[in-house]
Amino acid sequence: MGIAKVDSIIDKYRAEPGSLTSILQDIQAEHNYLSKPALIKVSERVGLPLSQAYSLATFYKAFSLEPRGRHLISVCLGTACHVRGGVRIKEKIERDLKVHAGQTTKDKMFTLQTVNCLGCCALGPIVVIDGQYHGQATQPKVGSILKKYKKVHEGERGEAG
Amino acid sequence: MVRLTIDGREFEAGEGSTILEVLQDNGIEMPTLCYHEALTPQGACRLCMVEIAEGDRSRLVASCLFPVREGLVVRTNTQRVIQTRRMVIELLLARCPNVPAVREMAEKLGGQKPHPRFELSDEDCVLCGLCVRACREVVGIGAISFVNRGTVRKVSTPFDEASDVCIGCGACAYVCPTGAIELEDIGDTRRIGRWKAELKLKRCKVCSNYFAPEFQLEYIRKFAKLPEDFFEVCPTCRK
Amino acid sequence: MRAKEVKRVRSPEDLEALRDSIVSRRDPNKPCITVCSGTGCHAYGCESVTEAFIDEVKKQEIEGKVDIKTTGCHGFCERGPITVIHPEGIFYQRVTVEDVPEIISETVVNKNIIERLLYVDPNTGQKIVYERGVPFYKKQNRLIFGNNGLIDPTSIDDYVALGGYSALSKALYDMRPEGIIDVIKASGLRGRGGGGFPTGRKWESCRRADGDVRYVVCNADEGDPGAYTDRSLLEGNPHSIIEGMIIGAYAIGSNQGFVYVRDEYPLAVRNLSVALRQAEDYGLLGEDILGSGFDFQIRINRGAGAFVSGESSALMAALEGRVGEPRAKYIHTVERGLWDRPTSLNNVETWANVPLIIERGPDWYSKIGTEKSKGTKIFSLVGRINNTGLVEVPMGITLGEIVHDIGGGIPNGKKFKAVQTGGPSGGCIPESLFDTPVDFERLTEVGSMMGSGGMIVMDEDTCMVDVAKYFLGFLEEESCGKCVPCREGIRQMYHILTDITEGRGQPGDIELLEELSRVLRDASLCALGATAPNPVLTTIRYFREEYESHIKDKRCPAGVCKELIHYSIDQDRCNGCGACLKVCPQHVISGQKKEPHTLSQDECIKCGACYEACKFDAIVIE
Repeated sequence: MGIAKVDSIIDKYRAEPGSLTSILQDIQAEHNYLSKPALIKVSERVGLPLSQAYSLATFYKAFSLEPRGRHLISVCLGTACHVRGGVRIKEKIERDLKVHAGQTTKDKMFTLQTVNCLGCCALGPIVVIDGQYHGQATQPKVGSILKKYKKVHEGERGEAG
Repeated sequence: MVRLTIDGREFEAGEGSTILEVLQDNGIEMPTLCYHEALTPQGACRLCMVEIAEGDRSRLVASCLFPVREGLVVRTNTQRVIQTRRMVIELLLARCPNVPAVREMAEKLGGQKPHPRFELSDEDCVLCGLCVRACREVVGIGAISFVNRGTVRKVSTPFDEASDVCIGCGACAYVCPTGAIELEDIGDTRRIGRWKAELKLKRCKVCSNYFAPEFQLEYIRKFAKLPEDFFEVCPTCRK
Repeated sequence: MRAKEVKRVRSPEDLEALRDSIVSRRDPNKPCITVCSGTGCHAYGCESVTEAFIDEVKKQEIEGKVDIKTTGCHGFCERGPITVIHPEGIFYQRVTVEDVPEIISETVVNKNIIERLLYVDPNTGQKIVYERGVPFYKKQNRLIFGNNGLIDPTSIDDYVALGGYSALSKALYDMRPEGIIDVIKASGLRGRGGGGFPTGRKWESCRRADGDVRYVVCNADEGDPGAYTDRSLLEGNPHSIIEGMIIGAYAIGSNQGFVYVRDEYPLAVRNLSVALRQAEDYGLLGEDILGSGFDFQIRINRGAGAFVSGESSALMAALEGRVGEPRAKYIHTVERGLWDRPTSLNNVETWANVPLIIERGPDWYSKIGTEKSKGTKIFSLVGRINNTGLVEVPMGITLGEIVHDIGGGIPNGKKFKAVQTGGPSGGCIPESLFDTPVDFERLTEVGSMMGSGGMIVMDEDTCMVDVAKYFLGFLEEESCGKCVPCREGIRQMYHILTDITEGRGQPGDIELLEELSRVLRDASLCALGATAPNPVLTTIRYFREEYESHIKDKRCPAGVCKELIHYSIDQDRCNGCGACLKVCPQHVISGQKKEPHTLSQDECIKCGACYEACKFDAIVIE
């Protein structure tokens, strides 16, 4: 489960209560979510009630209590991208993946989220998938990108099966 | 000591007091929802707003938090204040239309029904946070906290599961202004339904009555370094 | 493990010597290829361009004869990837990997210009060769941002070579803390994060507050959607902020600083971390800075995805490891801030102005700008504008000059409608007020505010009611939820605006929105709630007809609000190419090849895919 890794992250911050958020961020980056055992371990070692760690975990968008999908799709809905049609792009992805923004697909392949301003406004509307930027997005463009990802996974499943 | 004016009358107050403390000390009425004198004020409900003068301008401030200072001029019932309070309670009423305490306060402040144009919910909790503060500040356990943010903010135990640190003291139920937290002792069990807490009660060796949760007694015993058999007898019988 | 031991700088003389040694090792006439590497250009693929340059230089065997430098954002994001060839300053835009070999052989080696890579002025048709001649830059005053194009942000030597840290040297050795505060006060510098509070006064209050321990904080949480000026400053010139913070800390009497960087800015965190380490290695940060006896450390904290945590008291709560929610600020954070100690929190751009003011003096600085708003302001000029990018302008320049002269006007011949400043706390300003100068008070007078730098241009295809709804939707998600007016008030306002945009608006809605706005302004616990009404109020003030059209006529004049528009196919324009039919997810379009198609309304979900696909303007929205 990686509790040893959790301990070493806590050690890095010397179990300081003031570093609670930073500790959780490193755990989120490591495991792709915050598990219950991880939160319990952190609270114990840092000396704060579990409820406080849980408050942090549910307040901030960066944290997820469920494992995130294999691919993170971020649609920018900053004002400039909104004005350039970002909402239609988000809706297109929601239709194709059959999830709403903030959710993960049933097969745990994709997590869709919206972000506010990636600072690439000249390229808006913009979609980022696993750190890869897809600017000047149009509905057909986005559709074919998603198709490519899906094909890769079907291929993988085919090989595995 | 500082001198301040409230609704045209002069008062003296200790430095470091808040406007609300001065009001309450002097019997001046002020609606509150998220305030309790034993807990850190939050200024969350915004019902205790008053208008203060600053030069030729004025603004509204939360009286439970605003510190008094020499020469402060406070008005508790201007049109601006009254209208603001009414709209605040109407907004809260739209969230909790079936909570008696909220309805009563709304009637007092001039807005009986939720605004016809508002979208209604049916929550029983006003998110005042008194229970959270009581558990954390007074009891020192912090079994419950605010979860999520914005309109989906709520008070709960971690993961919405039964807490393994709750001692069943009932402080949360005691301070709750709406009665949303129910504590009941049935037979040998104490239940605080909202937190899914179920605690076994201790039976007095002398009178055979159930008097407090075992978990709570053990917590107190360890905390106060009392002998093992200290709580075998209930407080009444110990006299 | 360091390859060479870095010599610590222990006096102003050491710093001078270091600068001299760096500069003397550099040949100003040696060709240098700079590749803009801000996040925007990363999205354009600048990393591949840089790699291509490195490979090509090897291939053409001129390694050692030309430098390649990745720099911070140049600002002209519309035209990225940008490459500037020094020493001439030849400006190439929209550079691709395929262009690289030719750039090396033609421009670097043979000193020839490649015409197709030059910027063409759309008004005159003229090709511009040098960066300084590009109209986008002409009306700017790039005091703070200009160095981005000359510095590799991961090289402290670049910063020192340009004169970096000499302001710090002057502050520590030639000035006293109170004197520094006086200089900042005299300069007229005001907070660049949106509040516009006089910086000198803030520092003074912090210095004078009770207590032995003080903190300085840099607010790099830049949450306004559409603003990325702070990010580009941190990414592109992190030392300017570090130097500013050390000077400020010395003036205030603080030995510990924090930079709170938004979670979504990994490159800024990376570059800042490198810069901090390098500054420490040189003895310009940490213990005994520049041999002066002054100690100061800086720590980086990352945000975790909450706009409200950019509010000063919320930010400090977050730094303490608590939930980043605001508190009522009747006692200011300069008195009791981080861990209840006096804390001066300033914005990234504010800190970046400090070394400049110390170096050049307050008199020089206060000559720029207006009477009450001194210096320059960096804006992210985005949206429906030709020249999207980051612009630095002197205070006092008008909105019209920014939109037309720098921004190059609206693309596709569309009509300008409004410019939005101040993010979710700001407002939409119409064309009739284009002569409004960029000035803290003037922008507030027209109902908006300076904000942290977002300037979003909107054209005739933007629905202003939709814009108001957008901002409220954003704030509803970002509200911490502590106080009733913000949590419940924004929710109800959003509900009413949604009704209006979906054809369920009722008479009295505008008045109710105004009434709710008053309560939010008066009773919210923090500025998020208190300024939330601004986009709604300004759009009502300047675009009331649009609201009335939605409410009374159930029409969206701009053709945006889905429930109030319908799509149809112009039978005269449609040539039956079938492009729309192919992309329609609902299969509501039908027709024979080469014959005009038709669209059935019933199952149409107004996704707009057909409108996007049609090349003949045959899809009509009304």
